[in-house]
Amino acid sequence: MTILPSDRVAVSRASRFRRDRLRVGGSLGTGSFWRPLTVVSLGIIVLWCLLAAFAPWVAPYDPLETVGDNLQPPSGAHWMGTDDLGRDVLSRLIWGSRLSLPLAVAIVACSLLVGGIVGLAAGYFGKAVDNVAMRLADLVLAFPQIILAMAVAAAFGPSVGNAVLALVIVSWPLYARIIRSSVLSVREQEYVVAGRLLGLPTLRSIVKDVIPNSAGPALVMSTIELGNAILMLAALSFLGLGPRPPAAEWGAMIALGSQNLGNWWVSLFPGLAILTIVMAFNLLGDAIQDHLDPRSRNARTR
Amino acid sequence: MPPLLKMIGKRLLSALVLLWGVTVVTFLLVNVVPGDPAAANLSQQAYDDPEIRAAFEAKWGLDQPIWVQYVRYLGNILQGDLGTSQQTHRPVAEDLSQYVPATIEIALPAMALAIVVAVGLGMLAAMRKNRPTDTGIRSAALVGLSTPPFWLALVALYVFFYLLGWVPNGGRLSNIYDPPPAVTGMYTVDAAIAGQWDVFGDALWHLVLPVGILTALTVSGLLRFVRSAMIEVLDAEYIRSAIAKGLPRRIITWRHVFRAGLLPVLTVSGLMLASLLGGAVLVEQVLSWPGLGQYAYKSAISLDLQAILGVTLFIAVVYTLINLLVDVLYSVIDPRIGAK
Repeated sequence: MTILPSDRVAVSRASRFRRDRLRVGGSLGTGSFWRPLTVVSLGIIVLWCLLAAFAPWVAPYDPLETVGDNLQPPSGAHWMGTDDLGRDVLSRLIWGSRLSLPLAVAIVACSLLVGGIVGLAAGYFGKAVDNVAMRLADLVLAFPQIILAMAVAAAFGPSVGNAVLALVIVSWPLYARIIRSSVLSVREQEYVVAGRLLGLPTLRSIVKDVIPNSAGPALVMSTIELGNAILMLAALSFLGLGPRPPAAEWGAMIALGSQNLGNWWVSLFPGLAILTIVMAFNLLGDAIQDHLDPRSRNARTR
Repeated sequence: MPPLLKMIGKRLLSALVLLWGVTVVTFLLVNVVPGDPAAANLSQQAYDDPEIRAAFEAKWGLDQPIWVQYVRYLGNILQGDLGTSQQTHRPVAEDLSQYVPATIEIALPAMALAIVVAVGLGMLAAMRKNRPTDTGIRSAALVGLSTPPFWLALVALYVFFYLLGWVPNGGRLSNIYDPPPAVTGMYTVDAAIAGQWDVFGDALWHLVLPVGILTALTVSGLLRFVRSAMIEVLDAEYIRSAIAKGLPRRIITWRHVFRAGLLPVLTVSGLMLASLLGGAVLVEQVLSWPGLGQYAYKSAISLDLQAILGVTLFIAVVYTLINLLVDVLYSVIDPRIGAK
């Protein structure tokens, strides 16, 4: 049988159709995506991103300098008070977003990349590759996340890079599993099979047909995991395994205030910062999931 | 062989393989990653002396090939030797036996309470779907999921101890009491065994805050699963026929909906246990609760590797075994699962 050019077109058209349907943001303009809660959570995320981007101009003081008396409660000069070294809590809070946000993005991106490659290989090639990859994932998942992260960060030595590395090591299996399962179903779709029969090279088939059509669920999870990454990063630095002092990191700032409960403002505000941004990511992730998977929307709002 | 036994055997085998993998991971983290153990354990002066260094390496088998070191490590673990803590200068296993009961004392009640509360609230939310009660419950769960556990503990300590004075400032017992004679290591149980009821009351009072916080955190995680399972059940045809044939609401609620809602709790309870143990690490630190979490924290900040990895290994083993148990239990309750 000869392969007609039109066959190739049909194959690629089929895959493009699927891709459009699954692409995040494909049709966000309509439907119930823009509910008030979604707008608010997006607003919070944008606000934090702006604060992070313009921290030097927005923050009233230098985050690392002593700019007032120690442990002053919130006042007109220091809206969120000062910490034990007389540093301005508000300024440190704003600068803290410059650590937490990019690091969370880095953690999620790296985990998605590693997990994506592993999951893709496992799902596409199956057999031994699948077995080895999934047993590895099981192995990592045999530890409670934060505890393994703590052990890894401690073994490599406390630093920002190692905290990120530790969190990537404990997070990639989630992505690997989710991508593997979507690859498994996409692989058997007719357009992928057709592509294979038409003699598309493996790599091309993966890049053109499999990746675009199996990335959706993993991308949804990434949004929720951004919040989780911020939480775990804060936990590691609360434990002293994150950015080294005097870095203005939210978890470390909370630890600073835990010494003396009377100075509630030292811990309260960084905690609220974490709470708002993590909640926003959770809400946004839920909204995207509801939008892309009407079945789960029904389960929730019906 | 009966299929159930065969399934249990298979699960047991894969759990064993997993546990073996866990020891490889901890071995790599203790012995390979940190670079030179001699540098970490010897003083600078001793390290510079080649004879001392060689003696040190010979003593601990560091001059052996890596796989020999691993076999030795595995042998030690199998004999219950988890190394020696640099911080307490005691065997890690001995430290653990002291700290574990304290964690069990808060983790078990928290898990049990969390299941009761989550099933209750999840049922309530499902039955009042999209009404204020439901929205309120779901919002509270969202806040719980988005809060750093250690911060929640701090806020709770501030409110209930510092402002209200309802609970003690952390710890397991007030200073005026001596710990009861150790039997289980759990103060409430030991006090009850010894008949020291005032100590029992005090220990119980100290449990309130840590158990409360861990319960709240665990409920937030469980609630979503319970609620969506209940909603699914409420829509099921057998519930509709039960309503149609005029069964009393109470019977429908408790006999049908309630029972169906328990299954997802079991499914995610392994997951929840992980988050509970993780939360315990962070919460214990804030509440000066001398359990596994605080031990892990203290070892982490002083980079006491043997101790951290002892804790990690211990928790991974417990976690794997409990997941195995859940798996087996699950296929006993729902035979359709075991067939897979």
